[in-house]
Amino acid sequence: MLCEECRRRPASVHITKIVNNMKTEMHLCQECAQEKGELTLAFEPSLSFEDFWKGMLEQFQAFSPAPSVGLRTHRCPNCGLAYTEFKETGRLGCSECYDQFRGELLPLLRRIQGSTNHTGKTPGVSSVAASYRQQIEELREQQRKAILEEKYEEAAKLRDKIRALEKNLREAERQEGR
Amino acid sequence: MSLQDAVNSILSQWMKGRGPEDEIVMGSRIRLARNIAKIPFPSAADDQQAAHVNELVRSVVESTDKLDWKYLSLIDMPRLDRELLVEKHLISPQQARDVKHKAVVLSRDEVVSIMVNEEDHLRIQCIHPGFQLESAWEQCDRVDDILGDKLEYAFSTDLGYLTACPTNVGTGLRASVMLHLPALAMTKQMAGLIPAVNKLGIAVRGLYGEGTESVGDIYQISNQLTLGHSEKEIIQHLATVARQVIDQEKGAREQLLKVGRAQLEDQCYRAYGVLSQARLISSQEAMQLVSLVWLGVDLGLVKEVDTQIVKSLVMLIRPAHLQKLIGRNMDAGERDVYRASLIREYLQTRQ
Repeated sequence: MLCEECRRRPASVHITKIVNNMKTEMHLCQECAQEKGELTLAFEPSLSFEDFWKGMLEQFQAFSPAPSVGLRTHRCPNCGLAYTEFKETGRLGCSECYDQFRGELLPLLRRIQGSTNHTGKTPGVSSVAASYRQQIEELREQQRKAILEEKYEEAAKLRDKIRALEKNLREAERQEGR
Repeated sequence: MSLQDAVNSILSQWMKGRGPEDEIVMGSRIRLARNIAKIPFPSAADDQQAAHVNELVRSVVESTDKLDWKYLSLIDMPRLDRELLVEKHLISPQQARDVKHKAVVLSRDEVVSIMVNEEDHLRIQCIHPGFQLESAWEQCDRVDDILGDKLEYAFSTDLGYLTACPTNVGTGLRASVMLHLPALAMTKQMAGLIPAVNKLGIAVRGLYGEGTESVGDIYQISNQLTLGHSEKEIIQHLATVARQVIDQEKGAREQLLKVGRAQLEDQCYRAYGVLSQARLISSQEAMQLVSLVWLGVDLGLVKEVDTQIVKSLVMLIRPAHLQKLIGRNMDAGERDVYRASLIREYLQTRQ
């Protein structure tokens, strides 16, 4: 069988597409298939993150107040990224951007991640408060389970432990200047 | 050098090794996204800053004696070698394409790879064979500690590790398992399974090809959320979901054997027949047929082939692997011929 596109080389790529229950078949040679972008053994998703992101951000902004003029022109002093650029690409320029655009980022993170509170690993020079936060989070989870299983005595013990840790956390946060 | 020696020298450790559930789970991967504080992320960094990140990482790698690492600058690497790393899942296609200021650090056994200046300054990755997310995490965690000791990571107490894309912030963790799911695909259950798994915050995609019709029935499932849960929680959740999928696949295999053993055996042997006789074969066709033979071997239907042999073919039929095996560049047409001859010869091998 010859390639349907160039009618010169033998067809080595056979494509079946089903769109809205309509089946179409194509028989192409390697070269034409690559040109038509039909060869998807390239191990990459075709829907780009940017496209998806823009769509999401537009939807998101329909529900929130329009950014102020100040924000639209604001640039991160560390890397120079403008808020408008972040909106375009969905990518931040540096670690400082997280502080610079915090007000806009937090609701967005709540939306895409469902949380704004890291409870995982902290780097070597670990913050004491963060480790308390993690412990408290784990105990709360155990407490929820204990209550569900009607182990109230255990739940009460966990509550006391959590209270003690919360006191430590407040102290640590004060020292870390939050 | 015998063919088996050549294959051994080219395949990644995680492909050659064995692990729990490895008749369905090809490998378990953990990836951590990390950045160095203050220095702009790769997309925003200028030449000097990008080179600085490279130098920082190189000096850390060269000064540590904790691990046997090699630092490779991608701009100095021949294209075929870079493509080979992509096929081995050690670097991303983007990393291989645009190589300025890009590097990769590899452990000698290629279990650990660190991409430098990809979307983030560092992408630390660890792949273990079979279903071993926990051990892959432990190793990745240790590597992260070693680097984190010497580099000041971008980190905030409430948002965790800061990344170029907000979809990675927090733990920076992407855990994934690569699964061979031919029976679920054959019984048309993938279309139902994917949205069900998505609802649990887990992404499913065909590893080769697109959407629900994965070429070769190899799927990757991975966590979508990176913030708000600890690394252990994320990994356990993914492992629980993956366990379900594995059990479903096993159930579908039993069902196929029960209701259509003869048809299944026929399909697997036809695939084996084509693979062992074809004189010219594309990677897509080879992939589909290898998947069938692999299933047949796992179920004890196809007795002529060794499991590890057919599994290795998943990698060996790909363009860069083929060209490295033969030792020169080939165009697509030449590759189809060589691919067919390699498969014919390799299927005869016993391990």
